[in-house]
Amino acid sequence: MPKREDIQKIMVIGSGPIVIGQAAEFDYSGSQACKALREEGYKVVLVNSNPATIMTDPEMADRTYIEPLTAEIVAKIVEIETPDAILPTLGGQTALNIAVQLGEMGVLEKYGIELIGAKLEAIKKAEDRELFKKCMKKIGIDVPKSDIAENVEEALSIAEEIGYPVVVRPAFTLGGTGGGIAYNREELKEITSHGLEMSMINQVLIEEGVIGWKEFELEVMRDLADNVVIICSIENFDPMGIHTGDSITVAPAQTLSDVEYQLLRDYSISIIREIGVETGGSNIQFAVNPENGRVVAIEMNPRVSRSSALASKATGFPIAKIAAKLAVGYTLDEIPNDITKETPASFEPTIDYVVVKIPRFAFDKFPAAKSILGSQMKSVGEVMAIGRTFEEALQKALRSLEIGIYGLELKKNIASANIDIVRFMLRTPNADRIFYIKRAIELGISVDEISKLTCIDKWFIDKIKNLVDFENYLKKLANNINNISDLDSEEIRSALIKAKKLGFSDLQLSKIFGLSESEIRSLRKKFGISAVFKMVDTCAAEFEAKTPYYYSTYEDENEVKKSENRKIMILGGGPNRIGQGIEFDYCCCHAVFSLKEDGYETIMVNNNPETVSTDYDTSDKLYFEPITSEDVLNIYENEMPEGAIVQFGGQTPLNIAKKLEEGGVKILGTSVDSIDIAEDRERFSELCRKLNIPQPENGIAYSVDEAIEVARKIGYPVLVRPSYVLGGRAMEIVYDEQALIRYMEEAIDVSPEKPVLIDKFLEDAIEVEVDALCDGEEVIIGGIMEHIEEAGVHSGDSACVLPPQSLSKEVIEKIIDYTRKMALELKVVGLINIQYAVKDNTVYVLEANPRASRTVPFVSKATGLPLAKIAAKLMCGKKLRDLGVKERLKLKHIAVKEAVFPFIKLPEVDPTLGPEMKSTGEVMGIDYDFGLAYYKAQLAAGMKLPEKGTVFISVKKSDREKIVEVAKKLKELGFKILATNGTAKFLKEHGIEAEVINKISQGRPNVLDAIINKKIDLIINTPSGKGGKTEGYMIRRAAVDYGIPYITTISGARAAVMGIEAIKRGKLSVKSIQDYHKELTN
Amino acid sequence: MKGDSMEKAALAIEDGTFVEGYAFGNEDDSWVEGELVFNTAMTGYVEALTDPSYAGQILMMTYPLIGNYGVCKDDFESDGVKVEGFVVKELCKNPSNWRSQMSVDELLKEYGVPGIEGIDTRALTRKIRIYGAMKAVLATGDYDREKMLKRAVEQPSITELDLVGKVCVKEPVTINEEGKYEVVIIDCGIKMSIAKQLLKRNVSVTLVPYNYSAEKILELDPDGVFVSNGPGDPSRVKDTIACLKKLIGRVPLAGICLGHQLISLALDAKTFKLKFGHRGANQPVKDFETGRVFISSQNHGFAVDEKTLPKNVEVTQINLNDGTVEGLKHKELPLFSVQYHPEASPGPHDTYFFFDRFLEMIKTF
Repeated sequence: MPKREDIQKIMVIGSGPIVIGQAAEFDYSGSQACKALREEGYKVVLVNSNPATIMTDPEMADRTYIEPLTAEIVAKIVEIETPDAILPTLGGQTALNIAVQLGEMGVLEKYGIELIGAKLEAIKKAEDRELFKKCMKKIGIDVPKSDIAENVEEALSIAEEIGYPVVVRPAFTLGGTGGGIAYNREELKEITSHGLEMSMINQVLIEEGVIGWKEFELEVMRDLADNVVIICSIENFDPMGIHTGDSITVAPAQTLSDVEYQLLRDYSISIIREIGVETGGSNIQFAVNPENGRVVAIEMNPRVSRSSALASKATGFPIAKIAAKLAVGYTLDEIPNDITKETPASFEPTIDYVVVKIPRFAFDKFPAAKSILGSQMKSVGEVMAIGRTFEEALQKALRSLEIGIYGLELKKNIASANIDIVRFMLRTPNADRIFYIKRAIELGISVDEISKLTCIDKWFIDKIKNLVDFENYLKKLANNINNISDLDSEEIRSALIKAKKLGFSDLQLSKIFGLSESEIRSLRKKFGISAVFKMVDTCAAEFEAKTPYYYSTYEDENEVKKSENRKIMILGGGPNRIGQGIEFDYCCCHAVFSLKEDGYETIMVNNNPETVSTDYDTSDKLYFEPITSEDVLNIYENEMPEGAIVQFGGQTPLNIAKKLEEGGVKILGTSVDSIDIAEDRERFSELCRKLNIPQPENGIAYSVDEAIEVARKIGYPVLVRPSYVLGGRAMEIVYDEQALIRYMEEAIDVSPEKPVLIDKFLEDAIEVEVDALCDGEEVIIGGIMEHIEEAGVHSGDSACVLPPQSLSKEVIEKIIDYTRKMALELKVVGLINIQYAVKDNTVYVLEANPRASRTVPFVSKATGLPLAKIAAKLMCGKKLRDLGVKERLKLKHIAVKEAVFPFIKLPEVDPTLGPEMKSTGEVMGIDYDFGLAYYKAQLAAGMKLPEKGTVFISVKKSDREKIVEVAKKLKELGFKILATNGTAKFLKEHGIEAEVINKISQGRPNVLDAIINKKIDLIINTPSGKGGKTEGYMIRRAAVDYGIPYITTISGARAAVMGIEAIKRGKLSVKSIQDYHKELTN
Repeated sequence: MKGDSMEKAALAIEDGTFVEGYAFGNEDDSWVEGELVFNTAMTGYVEALTDPSYAGQILMMTYPLIGNYGVCKDDFESDGVKVEGFVVKELCKNPSNWRSQMSVDELLKEYGVPGIEGIDTRALTRKIRIYGAMKAVLATGDYDREKMLKRAVEQPSITELDLVGKVCVKEPVTINEEGKYEVVIIDCGIKMSIAKQLLKRNVSVTLVPYNYSAEKILELDPDGVFVSNGPGDPSRVKDTIACLKKLIGRVPLAGICLGHQLISLALDAKTFKLKFGHRGANQPVKDFETGRVFISSQNHGFAVDEKTLPKNVEVTQINLNDGTVEGLKHKELPLFSVQYHPEASPGPHDTYFFFDRFLEMIKTF
């Protein structure tokens, strides 16, 4: 069937901010969809609140709305744009939920809008557990026993019938929010009440716990002619009971015979037909009993999912792109396979390599969170690796994680764990389980026992045993080496070949052999052992592939065709994690786009399957590889580009920049030495002194005593942090000596190699952040952002506004001046981000990062200046004046960026802000008034500020003065104020009436009851900074768990008041980013 | 795992390629010859190993990890391993699956078939893609490189071999006498799944040797005749072609794979050798009758030349990858056939309806 001519304008809904369970994969799928639809001549209207995405680039759609993703707002956009159709299946659960709501609100009917991809009925059938079960029964497919509960009592009686353990699954949530596994009544009560809260329809499913069964996923595509193909099968290394997003997964399925696989395939086809997903990709999950092969269908996502992105990257088959084309009427056989160009998309990819995906967790950021895994997803990112053996893919994936290991290596605590701990950790699903499996093998626990304890298939355990056995063999070999000439033997040569085939990195081998990494590399080269590159081609080499998408391995044939073009390598950012997210992928993609414009051949290296950068048609050549110096050098030597760009992938490529340079790589743009100046404390201080730019007083301490001395000299409060970590890890604000001593003794491990950095903490200072471009001669300010939260809150976690709202002209000029001076002094070529603190009209520089920053996409969207694109050109030798770039410091509109936090997924964590970054994503609110822009940003971040009702205020003593004005405003705005004794008394003294409510410790009814009973509409609570399970913690936690808007800083409260004021005064309106930008250029 | 403790094996190809790896299966100075072909299916190695169509061929799997789920004899497509030799990147020594009865190594040992692992199968696959299927020698134990390379060139090609006679029944065999319909299968090396699909539809099946005469078949008074798959060049199977010429129009007739090619030859069409064939479980077939695309399992090195088909024969299905004939139907007579394997095993079950169409044809004749 040809494409549909009866529709012209299609709305694509994105997935909003990056949160646990919904990450960059939807930028990838949404961007592909936009491209595919426009290629077909359709007008595309895009809605997404996340400015860090490629899809919200103004070039990606005809009209782009960076507005909050709520049904009400989307309805407003629909009213303006009146699209003919909405494609809701490419923006994750968020888009699907909004589509359902638009249907229920009658918006679709009113404007005659068709849902393409999946109709409302199909979405409901897949999402509503009870309907899904009915459908499965109808087509004779087994499902776990289950029943719906709408309250705790019902849940308990259902569980009695089914038997424990049971899985609690809230209906209509994303990433399993609020779900869990209950092994007893008490757990069930707790999980159910939480789950009911989380469910959009206050329903949970109580389900037979098929815990320990094997889990498989199939990616299915269907077209309007009812053709169905399976794109990929995925086997979970981890058994049922662990969220698939948190599982190590492998493609294709490894332990299924054809008989069993075809059964799953038949089921998948019947399911997609019965549910009625008309076109596009769906993901279907199955559990298989390893004892007898019994299969139950677990769930179906009637949309493109995280697994679809993985399946696309694993096979080369662009699921999202094809899904978009099918949605407008094409059939699979009418669409060519992009990789082969000659064969059609109506086939099933077959692969001749092994793909391993490993999730990246952030438990180091949340010491309070339990690292136990269950049905609620906790990981924040993932890596994928490709190899010709499972062991190779596994070790490549492990070193891609960037957690300080370069293969299957053990961290200290695990390497010394005793057998009891190991057995316990094998039984309890946790983020480190793969390492405990290795330890278990070292301790002599049998493969069978490990498999029994973990419920992980023996096949996988056996492969890990292979690695342990081979490592032991290597160690034995290493022991027999007495001098360098002993290395020159056939035994060593064949051991090295085998090691490389099993995915051992040179660094791993260097540790085993007691040599340096470069010595291993030279030895390897002397033996003629080099990486070769093979293609991902969807067809196992049956057809010639036209799209160069490669992975490395150690075999005979190298398939890379070296071109004579001018080419540049761009290093990506690796897995998403807190502190380094999609923003850096955005920058990498822009570098690619920009250099392509200039006629370069672009070579992308990255390992994050969620991203746009790892899409086969983003760069000219894609290498899906770990970003370590060894792996990058292999590619570099193979391609010999003009240079490599390390500025855009966040800390990942910067960390290896020096080694790359030593290995012969030409680093483009700002020099490695300049990067070092910025990162080295002492060198940076020297630079500031030279330029006469104030820095907060600071010092370095190599012992506890020194720390005390430095702090005394500087004066409290001080900001302390270890020198060797990044992203605010273990950073703390310390108010007195006692706290300093506690920090030094408990939190960190100070030593001459690992000194502690101590800074004067500027209380109540305003933080300002600048992104600037420099070509070595001239500096262009990209944007100046004023943080909403005061200094002390990590810049990545603070909301910020562009242009600044409260800074004087004089201060802004000073900031611009300092920025120019520093950029020029550092000889920056490309981007630089500088953070300042402003206190009493003095501007202090806090830090400078001569690289793309987290705020680059935000600034670019707000100002229309494509900073990353310009920077890429500068790095390749162009000058700002050649490019005609003009500063855009004056805007007609105001843009607010707000951070989004994962607290809801991490039930033990205190939802407060501090020097350590905790947010996973960001949103942008844009309007002509600060209040409205701020209100929109809050709304987009999931916090709907109330327009009336009751505000509960409880602040620490030192904040009482500051809250008075806020309370007064709230009162004026008609809010009732509720406060605990102390705060209430203080407010009363300042003439503000506040009703007193019991603290939790004062008996009942108390503030917690009021929160649970929804008697409170907004909570303002500033933490005392004591930590632990205080009263404040319980209040904040309840706010998160019960979805009550809450604010934990005074400055946040002030901004919120302005937001509320604005929304009461004005009306929320929407406007496309193209329109905002037009006003700037006119 | 020490690396070199395993027996060596080598593969010599007629283009002069010589690769060494490790032996499995029959490791004792074995020597096998045949056409080296690759199969892209990621599962189903047991079915493939026991598929008689692979007689005269050395089978190479493109998926690198083979043997993961072991061997379950219920999945056999014949009475034993039929490939001449087996080539994989990595063989799994410790399979894991509840149905598994033995490892692939043990299976190949039982049938005396050699295998080679630890080689760059993708590089060889690319060679075959570029240069076409090639003659090869696989040897284990004490082999001589030069001798192997020489023999790789000098051995007869697949078009010079008569393979069908080696893999078919020697005497007629009837399965399920109680069936509602009686079908005679001309056995050229049948995969058991084909018979199973018929049996499932309440059919009595009588297997007769490929060179059974038309007269004798008609004496059995079948409701339909079916020509099976099998190995080698169809144009060499002259007895069956002659027999089919007599059967066409007199009895409902259908065929799969080699059977389809033989029917075409009996209709005076021509067949030709494909460069490297279709072997895998992901081949898209377009069915013109329904407009639908089905994913099919395929295993063939020859194809029917569409241009040579008589006017009264219609091409009902084609392969979307290369446009070759996948199905044909006689416009007047009760006859149709398909190039792919609707019985799957291994592979997708999308085209089971083929057997329903066959039954329909029998019923309406």
